[in-house]
Amino acid sequence: MGTTITIKNLTKRFGDVVAVNNVSLTIEAETFITLLGPSGCGKTTLLRCVAGLEDPDEGEIYIGDRLVFSRARGISVPAGQRDIGLVFQNYALWPHMTVYKNMSFALEIRKLPKDEIDKRVKESLAEVKMLGYENRYPREMSGGQQQRIALARMLAYRPKVFLMDEPLSNLDARLRMDMRAELKRLHYVAGATTIYVTHDQVEALTMSSLIAVMKDGVLQQVDTPDRVYRCPSNLFVADFIGNPKVNLLEGVVDGQGCVDLGEFKVAMDTQGVEGKVVLAIRPEDIAAYTEPTPGAVKFTVYSVLPSGADSIIVARTGEREVTIRVPGISPIKMDDSVWLKFDPQMINLYDGATGNLVAVRKV
Amino acid sequence: MGVPEVLQPPLSLRILAAYRRFIRWLTSARVLLALILLVMMVYLILVPLYRMVETTVTYQERDVLAVPDAVPGQLTAYHWVRMLASRVSRVFLYAPLQHSLVVATGATLLAMLIGSILAWLVIRTDMPGRHLVNNLATIPYIMPSWTIAMAWKVMFNTRVAGGTPGLLEYLIGRPVPTWLAYGPIPIIISSALHYYTFFFLFVSAALMSIDSNLEEAAELAGASRSRILRRITFPLVLPALLSGFIMTFSKVMGTFGGPNVLGTPVRYYVIATMIRSNVAIGEFADGFVLAVVLILFTIVTIYINQRLIGTRKSYETIGGRGFVAHVARLGPWRKVLAAGVIVFQVLVIALPLGLLAYDTFMLHPGNYSLSNFTLHYWIGKSDINIANGAPGVLRNPKIYSSAWNSIRLSLVTAFFTALLGVILGYAIVKGRGTRLSKLVEQISFIPYVIPGIAFGAVYISMFSKRVGPIPPLYGTFALLVIVSVAKHIPYSARSGVSAMLQVGRELEEAGQIAGADLWQRFKRIIFPLTSAGFVSGFLLTFITTMRELSLIILLVTPATQVLASQTMRYTENGDTQMANAVILILITLVLIGNFVIGRFRGGSLKKGLGM
Ligand SMILES: Nc1ncnc2c1ncn2[C@@H]1O[C@H](COP(=O)(O)OP(=O)(O)OP(=O)(O)O)[C@@H](O)[C@H]1O
Ligand SMILES: [Mg+2]
Repeated sequence: MGTTITIKNLTKRFGDVVAVNNVSLTIEAETFITLLGPSGCGKTTLLRCVAGLEDPDEGEIYIGDRLVFSRARGISVPAGQRDIGLVFQNYALWPHMTVYKNMSFALEIRKLPKDEIDKRVKESLAEVKMLGYENRYPREMSGGQQQRIALARMLAYRPKVFLMDEPLSNLDARLRMDMRAELKRLHYVAGATTIYVTHDQVEALTMSSLIAVMKDGVLQQVDTPDRVYRCPSNLFVADFIGNPKVNLLEGVVDGQGCVDLGEFKVAMDTQGVEGKVVLAIRPEDIAAYTEPTPGAVKFTVYSVLPSGADSIIVARTGEREVTIRVPGISPIKMDDSVWLKFDPQMINLYDGATGNLVAVRKV
Repeated sequence: MGVPEVLQPPLSLRILAAYRRFIRWLTSARVLLALILLVMMVYLILVPLYRMVETTVTYQERDVLAVPDAVPGQLTAYHWVRMLASRVSRVFLYAPLQHSLVVATGATLLAMLIGSILAWLVIRTDMPGRHLVNNLATIPYIMPSWTIAMAWKVMFNTRVAGGTPGLLEYLIGRPVPTWLAYGPIPIIISSALHYYTFFFLFVSAALMSIDSNLEEAAELAGASRSRILRRITFPLVLPALLSGFIMTFSKVMGTFGGPNVLGTPVRYYVIATMIRSNVAIGEFADGFVLAVVLILFTIVTIYINQRLIGTRKSYETIGGRGFVAHVARLGPWRKVLAAGVIVFQVLVIALPLGLLAYDTFMLHPGNYSLSNFTLHYWIGKSDINIANGAPGVLRNPKIYSSAWNSIRLSLVTAFFTALLGVILGYAIVKGRGTRLSKLVEQISFIPYVIPGIAFGAVYISMFSKRVGPIPPLYGTFALLVIVSVAKHIPYSARSGVSAMLQVGRELEEAGQIAGADLWQRFKRIIFPLTSAGFVSGFLLTFITTMRELSLIILLVTPATQVLASQTMRYTENGDTQMANAVILILITLVLIGNFVIGRFRGGSLKKGLGM
């Protein structure tokens, strides 16, 4: 029952701040797309523009075939008529209404018959596993429960589009994990096109079918989680996605099939690339050996950070520092020597001046 | 992929789009409400002000008598010259102005002294009985401002000034000096004892919000206590003192009751009483010149004060609402001090009430012996020899109709003021940062700096003739409501804004998403969520309107007489006992109202003052 959303050249300014800068985005029906980016990059603003709570300064928005906003034509459909639902970061449950009233509000405005309202409220409560809480007031429930009610309030009138602004950010880590699974399931069952705002990359990677990374109001990359993780289209995205962070090593293409990093060289396919570059490789893609190994470079271990499932090792050679991730608790200790192998198949190269991706990894 | 060509749509489409955008802007909730409020406030505040100024610079009908070639309606400087630079200017303008400034400055400073000391004792010392002091401090303000003036007269009245002897003169058998009975000193003292509440509330709020860590840090740095008070505490409460100063000064400048009771009998006129005498004899233009002068002086004083202290205003929010850990120890004197303070407060409340009550039981004024005791002024039948034949207040239909008018006026005013507060709060808060919102906020502040009597004067000129669709309202009850609501606009805007700030914008937006229109959002979300603010605003306005005199004294007619103006009428006719009985009834009603305030959760005088 989802619908497509098309955003064309959308710009929204607040005074001198360009919160959303010329964003164009097409979202297929039933997609779960995440807007991801650091604080202040314009995620919320973009979401509110789609919702109809802000009027953009330029551009157009279609929901399905319906033009809901066009600057050029002076059209802006009121939020209540866009057939969307919105979950606010702080839930925005009406404190003076019971759960039931909170949920029936929109249905009453749509003038549904009483028994239909009752049925829908019960159904939606069941979907978020909150049956029996009808007569509670928001302040009588925990944060997690309020969160579920906020979702149920949106589900009750069955909008074609779900908009969610960091709905899990006020929950503790444990609850957040549980709710991620629930939300994904809800989306799967309802099939509504969902735009989900977060600045938590794990949330984005685990939940979405598409991730749109933003910076300073500009869309940086729109791709599947896998592509965004493995092939970030520029240095900003590469640096933003992944924890621990990707290793970014500045160097020069030497014209003989190598990237010269100063301390050592990495042989790889550098066809069509020249000049200064930044070599990017994920910590888990670097192979570490405790013995000298052909093709591996000798590093000294600076610090070891075991975390159960894996260990993070920070190693240095000269001025260079790289981060490696190895599975399990590593026997490697500080000041040990390690030999690191940079697999050319796993390396992305970025232009040193523009920061754009110039050579993509092979696997 | 090339850069797409930007196609310029045809002109007609662009005009259509601009038109649609304009309509949408115009009909968006905050703009629509702001514009409605703007029109209303222009009508209630700016147009009347303009009309008043206009009257001062045109010839009036009656000027033909004094200036043979005057053409009514023609532009002239006649009134201004007459008031500012003629033989009568001294009597009409300069002396009263000087008196107003003396009285307002004196009363404000004295109120500041009393209020600040009490606030400091309550908030920052270990004096016992602080809770009681706190509660007692608001009561004088709840009573009509001229209560103490009336009681003063009972106590200190003197034959020398042509009155009947007061209690003191009766007891000591010698005349009381005139300076003690009438004139600036009694006016200043009686006003200060009423208005010290402002300073008490503002300063105690400021002291409470100062993080005592700031002071402790200074103490650790080795500063002496007086140095801390001077260098740390004082600068931090300065903004509160400034707010108190502005509020008190502009109120005293425009106050009519006290000066009329304690000044007029010895021809000690202030601007307020002079405006009244001019208006009473039909010299509107001259009276309005005085009102304009009064407004200007008030604004200038406020402005100078704000400039002097304004730069430090930024201290206001320092430290948040921390609780106070740092308390000055008063040592062995604390009990004596507490007793002194409480006795003072009780005397300021009880003594005036006792004196007024005592006086109402005295048949012949000036004789305070028990043989003179009577209940005539309360329950007596009409007797032509007593009080010009008026029956006792409890069987007097005039008093009942005045009381009913008072209650009715206060209820209606309180309702509209509270309602307006929510709407003003909405328009201002939702439009934060836009010029429209700023304009609404600024205009809503204007009545604050217009002294009460001048504001009333403004309305005479506005509504004595038909204006557009509005019939002449002079002499109607509706006019009293309108002027009272308009004068309360600054307070309602402030409490409305603070109520609205508590309602997160998402709560309304969630309603928008759900499809609710403006009316549904107000009815089901905004009104319920601001109801506590509404109730406290309602009750506060109820009380202040009930005992308001300066504002409406120029506008009441025999048919619309309220209790407050009724006391003045009796006072001016020399029926002191009747006047005192009426003011006691008024005080009783006000105290009942205040009691009701206390019952309501969230309703308090402090909140109503926007704190
Ligand atoms: N109502 C507003 N008035 C002025 N500036 C605003 C307003 N709303 C947002 N901005 C500015 O627009 C930019 C984008 O804000 P936005 O709230 O969309 O960021 P965000 O990506 O949601 O950030 P966060 O992760 O912190 O929620 C910021 O610079 C912000 O300061
Ligand atoms: Mg945000």
